[in-house]
Amino acid sequence: MSGTATKSPDAHAHQGFLRTYIFSLDHKMIGKQFLILGLTMLLLGGGLALLIRWQLAYPEKPLPLIGASEQFVTTGDPDSTSSWDRTWTEWLSKEEKEQNWLTRNVPQGVITPAFYNSLFTMHATIMIFFVVMPILVGCFGNFLIPLMIGTRDMAFPVLNMLSFWIAVIAGIIMIAGFFVPGGHAAAGWTSYTPLSSDPQWTGVDWGQNLWCISLIILGISSLMGSINYITTIINMRAPGMTLFRMPLAIWSLFIVAILLLLALPVLTAALAMLLFDRMAGTHFFAPSGGGEPLLWQHLFWFFGHPEVYILILPGMGIASEILAVFSRKPIFGYKAMVWAMVAIAFLGWIVWGHHMFQSGMNPALGTTFMVSTMLIAVPSAIKTFNWLGTLWGGNIRFTTPMLHALAFVSMFVIGGLSGIYMASTPVDIFIHDTYYIVAHIHYVVFGGSVFAIFGGIVFWFPKMFGRMMNEKLNKIHFWLTFLAFNGTFFPMHILGVGGHMRRIYNPLQYEFLKDLQPINIFISICAFVLGFTQLLFLFNMLYSIKRGKKAEDNPWQANTLEWMAIYPIPHGNFAALPTVYRGPYEYSSPEVEEDWLPQTKKLAASAHGNGHHG
Amino acid sequence: MTAEIFDADIARGEDLARKKSFGQGPPPFFAEPPFDPGDRGEGSNTPVGNVFLAMLLFIGADVMFFAGLIGAFVVFRFGAIDWPPFGQPRLPIAVTGLNTLILLVSGVTMLQTWRHLDDWKRRRIANGLNLTALLGVIFLLVQGYEWAKLIRFGLTMQSSVYGAIFYTLIGCHALHVFGAVIWLLVVLMQLQRNQFNAKKHNSIKLAGMYWFLVVALWPVLYGLVYLR
Ligand code: HEM
Ligand SMILES: [Cu+2]
Repeated sequence: MSGTATKSPDAHAHQGFLRTYIFSLDHKMIGKQFLILGLTMLLLGGGLALLIRWQLAYPEKPLPLIGASEQFVTTGDPDSTSSWDRTWTEWLSKEEKEQNWLTRNVPQGVITPAFYNSLFTMHATIMIFFVVMPILVGCFGNFLIPLMIGTRDMAFPVLNMLSFWIAVIAGIIMIAGFFVPGGHAAAGWTSYTPLSSDPQWTGVDWGQNLWCISLIILGISSLMGSINYITTIINMRAPGMTLFRMPLAIWSLFIVAILLLLALPVLTAALAMLLFDRMAGTHFFAPSGGGEPLLWQHLFWFFGHPEVYILILPGMGIASEILAVFSRKPIFGYKAMVWAMVAIAFLGWIVWGHHMFQSGMNPALGTTFMVSTMLIAVPSAIKTFNWLGTLWGGNIRFTTPMLHALAFVSMFVIGGLSGIYMASTPVDIFIHDTYYIVAHIHYVVFGGSVFAIFGGIVFWFPKMFGRMMNEKLNKIHFWLTFLAFNGTFFPMHILGVGGHMRRIYNPLQYEFLKDLQPINIFISICAFVLGFTQLLFLFNMLYSIKRGKKAEDNPWQANTLEWMAIYPIPHGNFAALPTVYRGPYEYSSPEVEEDWLPQTKKLAASAHGNGHHG
Repeated sequence: MTAEIFDADIARGEDLARKKSFGQGPPPFFAEPPFDPGDRGEGSNTPVGNVFLAMLLFIGADVMFFAGLIGAFVVFRFGAIDWPPFGQPRLPIAVTGLNTLILLVSGVTMLQTWRHLDDWKRRRIANGLNLTALLGVIFLLVQGYEWAKLIRFGLTMQSSVYGAIFYTLIGCHALHVFGAVIWLLVVLMQLQRNQFNAKKHNSIKLAGMYWFLVVALWPVLYGLVYLR
C-alpha cells in the first residue's frame, strides 16, 4: 500500500534497548535471538558429546583437567603432588549431602554409569530440540520468511516474540534437570517406556519430569511459530510472488511448519500421559497395571519420524538456495523439488514403524512399514539427482557456503543409503540399536542439517550482520570439520556391523568388543578435533560481526528478495513492498548481460517475459 | 501500468533506505515499524484473513492432540479382553447422551449467533452468546456431577487404564469446554462495553470457531468412549 510506504520511519520514536534487543517484535531480531539460543545450546550439547566420547575411548578413566590421578582412581591412594587429588579427597570425605555436583556425577573425575545415561539422553535431546530446531526453523525461518517473500514482518509479531521467550523458558527448565536430585533424564532421547515411566528403573525422578515439562512447553513455542509461518507465507507474499515463484528455502520452511503443527501435538499427548504415569499414578505404559509400553513407541515415532524430516527439510531448502547461487544456474527441476518435499512430508506420516521392527510388532505390519520406508527414498533421490543436475555444467564458485552445501548433499546421500539398509527388516534385525544407527543419525543430522546450518550462516551473514565472515578461517573450519566429521562417524558403521551396541557404558566389559576398541579411540580423537574446530567458527562469527569486511548489498549476486533489502534492514524491511516478476533461480539468463536476474527486476516487455525455464 | 509505478516506488524506497542506513540519525531499525503488520500491500486479496487462518491452524493442531489421545484409547479399548475391566463401573450412557444433546444445541445457538453477526443484530448476538455459554456451563456441571459419582463408584486415574484414559481424554475435552466458556464470557464482556460493531467483530467469530471445535469433537468422543 503506497499510503503506508510513504510513512517514513523517522516519524516514530526511538525504541528502548528492551524493545530493540530483548522483547523485539522484529522478525530479524527474533531470528538472531534464536541463533544465539541455538549456538549456546550447541556448546552445551557438544560438551556432553565429548564427555560421552571420553568415556567410550577411555572407559572409567579420570577426565583430563579435572580428574584425579590414575593412581588415586585405581588404587585409592591419592598422589600427594597432585592438587586435584587433594581436592577430590577433601570433597569425597564430606558427608553425602554436603558433596557437590561433581562428586555426584564424576567422582574423582570418572563418569558414573548413571551420569553417562543422562549424557547421551541429554546430548540428543539438546541437539535435536534446542540446537537444530531453533537454528534451522527458528532462526532461518524467522529471518528468511518475511524477507524472501517480500513482506514487512510476520503476521503476528507478538506471537513471534512470545514463541522465542517460551523456547527460552523450555531451555532453562531442560538445563535445570541436570541439577535436581536423581540427575537428569536417562532413558534416551526416545524415552522408551517402561524404562522412563517408572522412576525405579533409572533412578531418575525429577529429571525425567522436567524433561517432559520442558518439551511440552517447547511444543507451545513451536505451535506459535508454525502458525505464524504458515499464515505469513499463505497470506502475506509480495505482489507477484506466486507460490511457484517462492524460493525452495521458503517452500521447505512452509512444509516444515505444517509438519510441526501436526506432529508436535501428538508428542504433547504422549508426554502428558508419560507425566501422568510418573506423577499421578496412572499405568498407561506399565504392563503391571494393564498398560501398554509399546503405545509410547507408536506415539513417539508417529511424531518422531516427521520430526526427523523437520530437521532435514530446511537444510534441503538452504542447500538448494546455495547450490543455485554458486552454480550460477537455475535449480534443476524446481517443481519436482517442491513436489518431492511434499511427498516426503506426506510419506513421513506412514513410516514410523521402521523404528520398531524389533519391538515385537506384527511382522506383516513390519513389512508394510518396510515398503513405505523404501518408498520415501524415492523423493529423497529425486532431490539428490536434481541437486546434481543443478551442478552439472554450472559455473561453480567454491565459496564456503557452497562447500557446506556440497558436503550437505554428499553426506545426505551416505545417510540416506544407510537408511535404506535399515529400512529392510532382515538387515535391521542385525543392526538395530547398534552404532550403525548412530552413524546413520549423524550422517543425516550432522552431515545434513548441521552443514546446512553452517552454510546458511555464512551465506546470510552479510544480510544479518552487514559484514562478511572471514573466508580463510571459514575454509579451515570447513575442511577440518568435514574431515573430522567423517573420521568420527564413518567408522561407526563398522562398529555397528561388528555388533557394538549403542548406549553402552563401557565397551570393554564385552569380550567381543575388545578388538574394536582402537576404532573407538580413533573416533574419539576425531570427535575432539571436530568439537574444538567449532570454536573456530564461533570465533570467526564474533570477530566478523565486529571486524569483518563491510558487505555489499548483494555480495553473492543472488536473485531472491532478501538481497534487495538494504543493511541495516529497518523494521518493516522494504521502504516499499517489492514486486516480483519471475522465479527465484534465473541465473545465467540470456535475457540480461549479468549472470543473475533478480526477482524484482522488471525487463522491457519481451516474447518470453515470464522467464520460465524448464 | 501499475508495474511501472511499482518500479518507481521501489527506486524511491531504496533511496530512502540507503539514506537512512548510512546517513544522518539513528539507523532505522531502532524506529517503530512504519506499518501495520496486517498490511499486506497492494494487490493482495487473501480469501481467509490472518486471524482466521491462524485459528484454523490452531484447530488443526488441537485435533492432532486429540488424535494422539484417541489413538491411545483405541489401543487400550480394542486390545482389552473385557472393557470395562472387571470390577470397574460402566459409564452413564443415558445422562451423557442427554448432555450430548445439550452441547449440540449450544452448537446450533452459536451458529444462529454467527448468522446475526454480519447484519449486526446486537441484542440477538448478546442473547445467543449468553445462551451458548449457559448451555456450556450446564454441560460442564452435568459432567462434573457424573464424574463425582464415578469416583465414588471407584473409577479413578489410578484404578485402571480404563479410568486413566477416560479421565485424560474426557477431561481434556472438559478443559477445552471450560476454556471456550471463559472465552465466550470475555467476548460478551467486550460486547457489553461496546468494543465491537458491525465492521469489527473478529473476536466473536474466533470464539465461535473454537466453540464449534469443542462441539464437533464431543460426539466423536461420546460415540467412542461411552457407546460400544
Ligand atoms: C532415505 C531416507 C531415510 C531412511 C530410509 C531412513 C530409515 C531409518 C530407519 C529404518 C531407522 C531405524 C533404525 C533402527 O532403529 O533400527 C532410522 C533411524 C533414524 N533416522 Fe533415518 N532414515 C532416512 C532419513 C533420515 C533423515 C533425513 C533423518 C534426520 C534428519 C533421519 C534420522 C534418523 C534418526 C534420528 C534415527 C534414530 C532414532 C533413534 O532410534 O534414536 N533419518 N532411519
Ligand atoms: Cu524414521
